Amino acid sequence: MRDRDDQDRSGPGFSRRDFLRGSAAAATATAMATQGTEETAAANVKANVFAAAAQNVTLNVNGKDHTVKVEPRVTLLHVLRNDLNLTGCKEVDERSADGADTVMIDGKAVLAGSRLAIECEGKKILTVESLRSGEKVDEVISGFVKHDAMQCGFCTPGFVVATRVFLNKNPKASLAEIRKGLGGNICRCGTYQGITQCALELAKGGK
Amino acid sequence: MAERKVAWKARKDNTLIGQDIPRLDGVDKASGSAKYAADINTAGTLYARLLTFKGGAAVIKALDVAAAEKTPGVRAVHVFNGVDKEVRWDGTIVAAVAADTPEQAEDGVRAIKVTYEAKPHFVDEEDLPGAAKAKRTKPLGDNQKGDVAAALKAAKHVHKGYYGVATISHMCLEPHGSHCEWEGKDKLNVHLSTQNVSGTGGQFAGPLGLDASNVSITCNYIGGGFGSKFAADQWGVVCAQLAKKAGKPVRLMLDRATELKIGGTRPSGFAEVTIAADADGNITVWDSHHWGTSGIAGSTIALSQTPYCFDGIPNRNRKATGISTNCGPNRAWRAPPHPQLCAITDTVVDDLAAKMGADSYDIFMKNLDKTPKPDVYAEEMKIGAKLIDWKAKWHAHGKGGKGPVKRGLGMAIHRWGGRAGATTCTVKIHPDGAVETFLGSQDLGTGTRTVIAITLAETFGLGVRDVKVNIGNNSYPKANPSGGSITVGGVSGPLRRAGLEALWKIYDLVAAKYKVKADSLSAKGGKILSAGKTVCSWKQACGLLGPMPLEVQGQGPKNDGLTSQGVAGVQMADVSVDTETGIVRINKLVAVQDCGLIIDELTARSQVSGGLIMGIAYALSEERIMDNRTGRFINADLENYKLPRIGDIGELVVEMYQPDSEYERGVVGLGEPPVISTGAAISNAVANATGVRVPVLPLTPQRVVEALKGGQA
Repeated sequence: MRDRDDQDRSGPGFSRRDFLRGSAAAATATAMATQGTEETAAANVKANVFAAAAQNVTLNVNGKDHTVKVEPRVTLLHVLRNDLNLTGCKEVDERSADGADTVMIDGKAVLAGSRLAIECEGKKILTVESLRSGEKVDEVISGFVKHDAMQCGFCTPGFVVATRVFLNKNPKASLAEIRKGLGGNICRCGTYQGITQCALELAKGGK
Repeated sequence: MAERKVAWKARKDNTLIGQDIPRLDGVDKASGSAKYAADINTAGTLYARLLTFKGGAAVIKALDVAAAEKTPGVRAVHVFNGVDKEVRWDGTIVAAVAADTPEQAEDGVRAIKVTYEAKPHFVDEEDLPGAAKAKRTKPLGDNQKGDVAAALKAAKHVHKGYYGVATISHMCLEPHGSHCEWEGKDKLNVHLSTQNVSGTGGQFAGPLGLDASNVSITCNYIGGGFGSKFAADQWGVVCAQLAKKAGKPVRLMLDRATELKIGGTRPSGFAEVTIAADADGNITVWDSHHWGTSGIAGSTIALSQTPYCFDGIPNRNRKATGISTNCGPNRAWRAPPHPQLCAITDTVVDDLAAKMGADSYDIFMKNLDKTPKPDVYAEEMKIGAKLIDWKAKWHAHGKGGKGPVKRGLGMAIHRWGGRAGATTCTVKIHPDGAVETFLGSQDLGTGTRTVIAITLAETFGLGVRDVKVNIGNNSYPKANPSGGSITVGGVSGPLRRAGLEALWKIYDLVAAKYKVKADSLSAKGGKILSAGKTVCSWKQACGLLGPMPLEVQGQGPKNDGLTSQGVAGVQMADVSVDTETGIVRINKLVAVQDCGLIIDELTARSQVSGGLIMGIAYALSEERIMDNRTGRFINADLENYKLPRIGDIGELVVEMYQPDSEYERGVVGLGEPPVISTGAAISNAVANATGVRVPVLPLTPQRVVEALKGGQA
């Protein structure tokens, strides 16, 4: 349970729980309109439950449509990891401050833990797994291996995706741009040196 | 026949050892194919969430989990601490809930009703008088050598100061935890995030009433440990209990805040020190009293190694006091407790140099005779000085430039043991030439898997990819837990021994078959050679084994020269300090590190640069901040528990010190040493830049600005 849940944010005219309950009910109403058969929200929602009924969500991941039945509150990260078993994106921090959950959505680097799955319908989602096909791997992956830009490897897939998107946007990035552009991810083992060398080499190749 | 002797090859004969070999599992890690405990999703897996205590200390007066058990999706609830139990630090687990989805498990946690009665707490690790008043202190030793009082009178230079380093957390990116799945009633399969594959099965078996032979531990990948993941832990056992209760597999990983609070910490140390030297700069006196906390147990950093590295100072008083705090408990943190000892020793030596108006480099050099490896340190200092351009860039303390941004240099030295751990292995050679090995070791990211393959491939004259490495399961031969830099020596010794024994058997078969002398044979490039000429291929040679594979067991450590222990190491820092904002930037860090025979230079260098970066973290930004009023760890999240990002590290220069004398020592561990002296080196560089010692690490902008306001050198 994340620490911040215990902080009291209620004040005059605002109760967090009521707000969430209200939004859950609203989300369920949308679900009912589309599916028609779900039970009514209010009867199901107990004080401790911040949810609405599960609904079908279709996500285009790595070029393929997947339909999963999930509650509206479920993040894209949880669907990718727990429902689709695409565990390259990691759950490190419930607040996504670390970047290990980085995926590509319509070409942009996005923190999958900070997006609801239902928000991502109709978008093209690419995970780190899309950068490998058998022995064939993206040059960012081979560059990470060459420069040993990893130790435990837990932050590595997130860094690989962030680096891929960054280089797509900045194919000739300078060292200073790399140091700024990859600042959204955290590594604990201390592999920044190899990551920097890899990104710099690819940027110098101009690819 | 000449006597067959276990040894490494002559250095010039190696084709793989000592080269830059990319890690074998690199693509799997970088592409997300590698599966960690946190990634195991077998069918029906439930997700656990935790209710934790948030405060300093309390007694649980009431606890009701009935509503949680009735919450939709919830399959099992476990109470860690029930009514009348005392919870003594922030983050203590009260209960766990397993449900179909993580979100439903959170619903369940919210439904638990708990009433606490607050108890007095004490969390200020630096406040010795406050701790004494609260009766939280205990003496941890006090001893004398020589005559400090007389030596102080005789000394030419005397310096007194206050130093310290705050508690930090291990903060593994993959939190502590496991995935537990029962197979029938009495067999348990655990995917555990562990540094101790061979040693954790029994820790599940005991509390669960199982035969240890019925507990399978698997850990192919671990997302960080740093000394905090040797045990099954209570939450590991509870994961198995939840799985049993629910009749489904359960994955229980600590959430981020709880990981920071109870997943392990490095004890703090604060010290009042007097140091003195004669007119030549020879240190003659060390007198220190240090204190700090390891949590409720009330320990601090070890007395026995104070002052760090300079054991030979002739007159020494030292004393330590532990403080019992309501804070999460300590665990071994990379190189315990050397980084803290270094941070309260090498800073003092540097301030003594400043007081003498001397170049810090000269004072360190002059006093190396009091260290365990004066010659190695001296060589490493010379190399480091060249790499950072010490002579040209050095200036007296406080002469770091006229503008608001001051620049300075600092250095520090360290040591570590790194003996080989106790490991057994099986090497199996199939009649078709396939080679595999089995050992219950683990690869923390240090490159163990790759080192294993290199060792056997070098022995058999094969490629790295020709060796199949089977590690990460407790059904394999027992290997050492990976802590204390004992793994690379631990695995490479037994593998080399077993590999040579197997190779000699194959040589005998080849000698008989091809009528050549066995002691003329060598294995290279997939071939068996006699006096440089090809006799047969590796495959043909292995075909001589007949239908059954050849299996050889290896053991270690042994005193046959394959492994050794004891390293030195020197680090130097070039920093800029903004005296208006207090922000410290790293311009350049240089590490010169010995570690005996290096098996894979690429991953060895990664260990060193990683150590430097972890060092930057605890030197500049990383610390546990406890709130005295509430008793809580208030920055237990990744936004406020500050770690350096990729733009914060400056230029890192890693120099592996490896003359032939190092190669001849055999393999020595490397994981711990490079993180040790970074903090002191950076602190010394800041003192050199500004002329002011910022006494306590990390050197946050606030601490720097406050120290500058104080202005004392």
